[in-house]
Amino acid sequence: MRLYDVIIIGAGPAGITASVYAARKRMDFLVVTKNVGGQAAISADIENYTGYKFITGPELVQKFMEHLEQFNVQVKEGEPVTLAKKRKDIVEVQTEQDRYEARTVIVASGRRWRELGAEGEQEFKHRGVTYCATCDAPLFADVDVAVVGGGNSGLDAVLQAIRIARKVYLIEVKPELSADPIMVEQAKKSDRVTIYMNTKVTKIYGDAFVRGIRISRSGKEEDLPVSGVLVEIGSVPVSDFVQGVEKNDAGEIIVNCRCETSVPGMFAAGDVTDVFGKQIIVACGEGVKATLAAFEYLTRSQR
Amino acid sequence: MAKSVTLYGTSTCPYCAMTKNFLKEHNVPFEDVDVGQNRTALEEMMKKSGQMSVPVIDIDGKIVLGFDKKALSQELGL
Repeated sequence: MRLYDVIIIGAGPAGITASVYAARKRMDFLVVTKNVGGQAAISADIENYTGYKFITGPELVQKFMEHLEQFNVQVKEGEPVTLAKKRKDIVEVQTEQDRYEARTVIVASGRRWRELGAEGEQEFKHRGVTYCATCDAPLFADVDVAVVGGGNSGLDAVLQAIRIARKVYLIEVKPELSADPIMVEQAKKSDRVTIYMNTKVTKIYGDAFVRGIRISRSGKEEDLPVSGVLVEIGSVPVSDFVQGVEKNDAGEIIVNCRCETSVPGMFAAGDVTDVFGKQIIVACGEGVKATLAAFEYLTRSQR
Repeated sequence: MAKSVTLYGTSTCPYCAMTKNFLKEHNVPFEDVDVGQNRTALEEMMKKSGQMSVPVIDIDGKIVLGFDKKALSQELGL
């Protein structure tokens, strides 16, 4: 089997930037990824990436890919990784379709939305339950919807939904909303919004599509008939497939300032790690550090 | 004969924009339906796909869910 210098897992800002540096270092490498762009691809407005006063997520990712595509790089898209682990001096990477080997790996798999863990959630995914309010909110015109999560993204979904939906229930498990006060004030001004604090969603029910949710507060259960459930409760690192490396309680891969994990030859970069600052521009920089560190590791181990 | 392609999407959905770009890049003509604006089309999409999530792409009756380059290429014979 071909032994690559490095396999880069993920093609978000961290993975793409790591790849650009790897290409310029003429490393023999492969990129395997579920999708291109990661969370950046679905960011609406980006106003803090130096050089662009304003750019949309898809446009920025397009520019990243144009930069990468000038090199002859193998990007295996649509290939989620199921396992990455070190065996002797080699890192094994298994995907849903194939298996690869390399001397080093850079894990840049990012984050995905957090799920509720409610009964019926899996069954009604994409049948009324959505994790991308930006994508699907317009589908809920003239019906009742529930938004779960009182952070900025939750309130953003509420404010989107107010414009088109009939009734909007905002459900927050904690005793307070963490979103910016300006958004909360706007939401409270609307007579279509009902806010439930200290409330948990225990069940999502329906037939072919969602018909309602069961909520629980102060020990009492209640059914709310809704056609849509917009889940906006943050994200979790995509790190389950990485074995042997140390992770923190949140599941983030612990890295040092050189993007080294606890396993020599295994590096990690961007939002999947415990790095401070989950930002596109930080992720890009972390990708660079990981490639430089992997390059140095290879040079050292070849001597 | 060119295949008949319909894309059900919303104006705000990034994956819809990516799918449109992909189709344009490959010179695939398609009907662009905004289900955020068109209730009848939304119901048609839900009935065809069993999904309430965009994008949904109908390629000669075969349904592709989400921006899935592999599935699109396969159905379109690219």
